Amino acid sequence: MNIIVCIKQVPNTTDVKIDPVTNTLIRDGVESVINPFDCYAIEEGVRLKERFGGKVTVVTMGPPQAENALKEAVSLGCDEAILVSDRKFAGSDTWATSYTLSSAIKKIGLFDVILCGKQASDGDTAQVGPGISTHLDIPQVTYVKKIEDISGNKAKVERMTEEGYDVVEAPLPCLFTVVKEINTPRIPSLKGMMKAKSAKIVKWTAEDIKAEPKSLGLDGSPTRVVKIFTPTPRKGGEMLKGDTSDVAKELVELLKDIVI
Amino acid sequence: MASSIQILLDKCTGCTLCVKACPFGAIHIANKKAVIDMGKCNLCGACVPVCKFKAIKLNKEAAAKRDLSIYKDVWVFCEQKKGVIQTISFELLGEGKKLAKKLGVKLCAVILGHEIEPKIEDLSHRGADKIYIIDAPELKSYQDDPYTNVLVELVKEYKPEVLLCGATTIGRSLVSRVAVKIDAGLTADCTGLDIDEKERLLLQTRPAFGGNIMATIITPNHRPQMSTVRHKVMKEAEIHKGHKAEVIRKKYPADLLKSRTTLLDIVEEIEETVNLAEADIIVSGGRGIGGPENFSIIKELAKVLGAAVGASRATVDAGWIPYSHQVGQTGKTVCPKLYIACGISGQIQHLIGMQSSKVIVAINKDPDAPIFKVATYGIVGDLFEIVPALTKEFKKVLKK
Amino acid sequence: MDYLLNEQQIMIRDLARKIAREKIKPIAAKYDETEEFAWEIVKVLSDSDLFGIYIPEAYGGFGGGVMDMCLVAEELSKACGGIALGFAATALGTFPILLYGSEEQKKKYLPDIAKGKKLASFCITEAEAGSDAGSIKTTAKKDGDHYILNGTKQWITNAGEAEIYTVIAMTDKTKGARGASAFIVEKGMKGIDFGKKEKKLGIRASATREVIFTDCRIPKANLISKEGMGFIVAMKTFDNSRPGVAAQALGIAQGAIDHAVEYARKRVQFGQPISSFQAIQHMLADMATQTEAARALVYATARMVDSGAKSVAKESAMAKMFASDVAMKVTVDAIQIFGGYGYMRDYPIEKYMRDAKITQIYEGTNQVQRNVIALNLIKESIKGE
Repeated sequence: MNIIVCIKQVPNTTDVKIDPVTNTLIRDGVESVINPFDCYAIEEGVRLKERFGGKVTVVTMGPPQAENALKEAVSLGCDEAILVSDRKFAGSDTWATSYTLSSAIKKIGLFDVILCGKQASDGDTAQVGPGISTHLDIPQVTYVKKIEDISGNKAKVERMTEEGYDVVEAPLPCLFTVVKEINTPRIPSLKGMMKAKSAKIVKWTAEDIKAEPKSLGLDGSPTRVVKIFTPTPRKGGEMLKGDTSDVAKELVELLKDIVI
Repeated sequence: MASSIQILLDKCTGCTLCVKACPFGAIHIANKKAVIDMGKCNLCGACVPVCKFKAIKLNKEAAAKRDLSIYKDVWVFCEQKKGVIQTISFELLGEGKKLAKKLGVKLCAVILGHEIEPKIEDLSHRGADKIYIIDAPELKSYQDDPYTNVLVELVKEYKPEVLLCGATTIGRSLVSRVAVKIDAGLTADCTGLDIDEKERLLLQTRPAFGGNIMATIITPNHRPQMSTVRHKVMKEAEIHKGHKAEVIRKKYPADLLKSRTTLLDIVEEIEETVNLAEADIIVSGGRGIGGPENFSIIKELAKVLGAAVGASRATVDAGWIPYSHQVGQTGKTVCPKLYIACGISGQIQHLIGMQSSKVIVAINKDPDAPIFKVATYGIVGDLFEIVPALTKEFKKVLKK
Repeated sequence: MDYLLNEQQIMIRDLARKIAREKIKPIAAKYDETEEFAWEIVKVLSDSDLFGIYIPEAYGGFGGGVMDMCLVAEELSKACGGIALGFAATALGTFPILLYGSEEQKKKYLPDIAKGKKLASFCITEAEAGSDAGSIKTTAKKDGDHYILNGTKQWITNAGEAEIYTVIAMTDKTKGARGASAFIVEKGMKGIDFGKKEKKLGIRASATREVIFTDCRIPKANLISKEGMGFIVAMKTFDNSRPGVAAQALGIAQGAIDHAVEYARKRVQFGQPISSFQAIQHMLADMATQTEAARALVYATARMVDSGAKSVAKESAMAKMFASDVAMKVTVDAIQIFGGYGYMRDYPIEKYMRDAKITQIYEGTNQVQRNVIALNLIKESIKGE
């Protein structure tokens, strides 16, 4: 089985701090990591390979530094890694990003399963996965929490919903976006890390993936960011002091309108 | 020529104003001049107006203006599950009405499903001027293919100017596909919508970088302008019983309604109602509660308030409570009317997930806990005393 | 301080650090409380190849040495000295085979240990033979192609959990220490049983039990080296393993310092973080300096062992003694910095002190280490070195 995993390198937001004076993100020293949700996609890809055989190709669109994310993916068991990188991609929104990644996937050629994290932790859009499947004109199942079985070119999966889950059967090739419930990502092995160190990362430009220039980067992006601002921080509110029972009474009084 | 950005070296003084303004960390100073890392730059232009020396030049390619005037009306995709219209739809109708008024166009509801004719009344009472209803057995439950195909056809035929959809599991999956198919712009997870009346543009404001930054996004040259909107951010449309909407019933051929995927089963997991995203009140526990058994005092308060139980990542990681309760960046983002945080210190990843709650109450023994910085009301003290006391008081007030 | 680790060692250290942070830290308190053996971590360690780092490549390992083993023991111990011991005690039980085992024995046992499929355990201590290893009572009687073992080993780490036991028993009581021999016994062989699990002050996540031999019949092929070599096997094993205990102590000390610094930064008294008080600063400075000095000594010793130096008894003893004394002092001071909170079991710091104590005791008490060091000094002086 040929498995493709799409990942994104993001700033580690658990490290993100706000400058109390300027109220902007302090980015110095913030480490870049694989989008946490994509780690589940990588793990699921490697598990599918272990269950059904085949190979896992990991692909990312990003700056040259994103190579590190790909190497980490290799250390976790991915077999091949592709970095799609070009200055022409600057300013891509989710439309252009999914177009670019789908062009790269077309160049990879054969695939049965494409796995993506449900969303990225920096943009939080959850749009790129479905965008890729649409550009490729293949079916998708989003928010997958379990890949129960794959046989006879069909996958039986569970899609998480607000109320529980749906059991869905999907023909291959198919794209799945996965949620945290699907697995526990492994720790890399020493062998994997050694392999990653010497792994050759394939690098493709816009030309390599035969993408339409007008569909790339800012020009290929229907949306435009026109303003960026820091939200007015919530003001620290009132501190209630006194005996436990007094404080409880006071708070209940304050909240009465909301609660009733 | 493609869009580009450049620093005019003769004007740049290396003052670093642009470095601070860049939300993507793409600018640094080298040899006393600003340098833009194109790997990080998104050409957003935030640096241009802050430069006092007009040293940054941004060329945005002016795409051939299309005739956008044929696109009219504000559409709301109304999500139904088992024939029940989801509340997010009413919130969108409420917000859509305002936008339609500013644009001077009609508010239209779109609903797909099976045997949903009786729902027309609900939608017209909520202010829809026009209702597009597509009723077919294949549309009974959400499936990506038929829903996408139908919505795409509908949009192509009737050409709405704005299309709103809930940022739900279904909504996010559906309109992401529609946007690609019809070559439209889509902005996810908006928390604020407005209209630039002069340009007839939808101003879509959404949090980015986990809520640390807000971005306003437009779609200048593509129609419809599409957004998904977070649950519980907008106010539900009021009910006007007399309101009557024009109803347009559409039928589509079978091949459009075909689904490549097959829905085999819908499973509802009803172990405690934890639909955090829907809850008006959430009572959450953090590491400060000490152990899994102590979640009982949190649950007790939640029960009295009819609230959902939330939890911090630390408690979920420790295995005290299932992941479905987790609030925060890697859990659920919530914005209830009331959020009561018990023994939660307020790590940034937790705050991201709940700081847009209307009222936040924090109970923590550490007066320096960051949670107090976002709390509307804070109590420094022992939650094992305070939470039960609150439960008791609320019981009295609510006569339970 | 930069210890100029090679690329593979940096990888090993980073990997062990990741496991400690992401997998061990969140569960350390739970296992301390339940006193269960952390098999879930053994699984992680084996999946990540760490059990094989000090085993030659020919037997499925990575060909590293004591230094590599120390790096892992240190990193894991930062999160939990007890869980780390499951790893370090396997190394202790493996050294007799690694150092003195025949080719057949190595081929038979080392690959499974390297893959983490089987844990190992070293059995020497008895009720009346602790530091005085010469008074071992467990016997191994030759019977044709077999040996028959009888006796009880006490306080055996990994007992019950491990599959492979290297055991010191007397083949000839009349010869004293020279009458001891080393054997490999497998769990499941007839006549090997385990006593009840001991309740301990610290390192509670590690398994400590009696190993009881009752007419335990093992093939002749399981004798390590020759009859009478048992004491030498044991002493050489300890020379190799003591840096590991030292590294465990080092990790416990460093873990305690990390907690103490973080707490001092966050704890506010008199309107400022207590880290701004000189009294706290000086304590932290001393703790860090002593720990760094211990690290330098431990790493230097480990590298000396790996270089194939003939005699490392003195240095090994120094490293173990110094690092464990430092760990004890540093963990006590760390509690002091936490003040009242430090004394509470809700906070992680008191566990470090409980865990540190054993490192001054096992694999030769620090008093015995001093004997070894002094004895070597005297010997060297006589030889005129």
